[in-house]
Amino acid sequence: METIVEKSLEEQFEEKIANEIRIEPKDWMPDQYRKTLIRQISQHAHSEIVGMLPEGNWITRAPSLKRKAILLSKVQDEAGHGLYLYSAAETLGASRDQMIADLHSGKAKYSSIFNYPTLSWADIGAIGWLVDGAAIMNQVPLCRTSYGPYARAMVRVCKEESFHQRQGFEIMMTLCNGAPAQKKMAQEAFNRWWWPTLMMFGPKDEESPNTEQSMRWKIKRFTNDELRQRFVDMMVPQAEFLGLTVPDPDLKWNETKNGYDFGEVNWEEFWNVVKGNGPCNKDRIQTRVKAHEEGAWVREAALAHAQKRAQREAQKQEK
Amino acid sequence: MELAHTTNTAAQSYSPELRELLFQYTLQLADTSLILGHRLSEWCGHGPILEQDLAMANIALDLLGETRSLYQYAAELEGQGRTEDDLAFLREAVEYRNPLLVEQPNGDFADTILRQFLFDGFHYLLLKQLQNCPDKRLAAIATKSFKEASYHLKWSSEWVIRLGDGTEESKHRIEKALDHLWRYSGELFQMTPVEQELHKAGFIPDYAQLKQQWDEHVAKVFAEATLEVPKNVFMQLGGKTGLHTEHLGYLLAELQYLQRAYPGLEW
Repeated sequence: METIVEKSLEEQFEEKIANEIRIEPKDWMPDQYRKTLIRQISQHAHSEIVGMLPEGNWITRAPSLKRKAILLSKVQDEAGHGLYLYSAAETLGASRDQMIADLHSGKAKYSSIFNYPTLSWADIGAIGWLVDGAAIMNQVPLCRTSYGPYARAMVRVCKEESFHQRQGFEIMMTLCNGAPAQKKMAQEAFNRWWWPTLMMFGPKDEESPNTEQSMRWKIKRFTNDELRQRFVDMMVPQAEFLGLTVPDPDLKWNETKNGYDFGEVNWEEFWNVVKGNGPCNKDRIQTRVKAHEEGAWVREAALAHAQKRAQREAQKQEK
Repeated sequence: MELAHTTNTAAQSYSPELRELLFQYTLQLADTSLILGHRLSEWCGHGPILEQDLAMANIALDLLGETRSLYQYAAELEGQGRTEDDLAFLREAVEYRNPLLVEQPNGDFADTILRQFLFDGFHYLLLKQLQNCPDKRLAAIATKSFKEASYHLKWSSEWVIRLGDGTEESKHRIEKALDHLWRYSGELFQMTPVEQELHKAGFIPDYAQLKQQWDEHVAKVFAEATLEVPKNVFMQLGGKTGLHTEHLGYLLAELQYLQRAYPGLEW
């Protein structure tokens, strides 16, 4: 009996996926689908939160009041994205405390790109232009992902990300049209961020264990390599427009495939950063843990005060 | 455009003395918002709860918005071709006119909350009055910022209550913050010669009156927070006349770094 019921629920689920009907929190879903989504959404939320750090590093040193306001509001947007993504993961039964604990223990991952340091103001431009550009490429298809709350969160996230990318490009353009020292700063930042950005699309398709199932469930819509290729094709002309040199001697236009051929990503570096050996992995997590631990007394106080209030209210009503 | 034109004419009709006073005063308000906004922005990414990280960034952004409007106006009043960025990035610590309170380091969350609370009460009451300032431009800036300041005051008042009437630890921490920061609260209401002149000319309120209302609000919030209002504390003065604590120099070194390292460039 049980198997038949199970099967029919699974069939209903598969049917919805096939017909592009969104899966909602109360719908039945396979355990593995739920797990995959919790993993992906919480990773995404963590990336937003950890991602606040490299850019936050320049808020107090932004070169003009306007830039300072734009950067602060961008980093604040990221905190907001983190909030809605944690909420989306909560609809699948994950708790925010547990997700945060997993981030701090190293069990949960976040985007490796944030394990690179921001060394000059131009890095803020490069992050906006390249990293947010890659994030958009990864995220736009997620607006059509099969799980409803995730898809809706992503619609909001993507709108703000495209604004972020424009401001990054604008910083780069100002630097590239500026003094030689500024142009040098821009090229150096571009050299530092180009390859790590290409790594953001994940391992090569043949080495990406989750891609096939995720594509079948329409959580993912394109493979890692497809998105990486699109990104290169989009960014190379922009770099040329800025007058920047792409740090890849193998980059060449390929007429037949109507796209660029490009050099091999340094996969050894990629796996090293994933494993925790990037230049900032330790710092990023330590910073998050420190903020969380130093904030413990604040959270306890807020809770204690809310309880005292509730008690007083209850006593009032008894009288 | 039309508004800018009208107010410009109004500003041009001021005597050189009045214009200078308004320039000094606008600059003082701008410095104050900039320094406090900068301090709050240092929290970004490091807050105790994600929601409060967002709240602090929000307040910092409001203050930064106010700062920009004020510096832009100050630059116009001065009429020497300086820009908002020249005023923010190319002045020395001794030229800054913010009160000492706002340059104090963030400390722990209790220090930050208390600093904010002491300032917000003053800011709220001042802006409320400045909405009626005969200088149309200052009145317009005050009107916009007053709405924001009402929210800031609500936020910091609620947190003072939470921390005071929360746990033993939170109470101890907010009391420690009070012990440290209260001595900087008096300066907010101590009128400088510039402020006295502008008050006489009918441009700004009497701060003694603001102080009375401020005392009432503080007493009310502290009562709810089970905190005692400190008595007979010697008040530190000097920020508004350029005599700062040692903290300001470091803050400005960071804030002004790029403009100082690469003079005269566009960013």
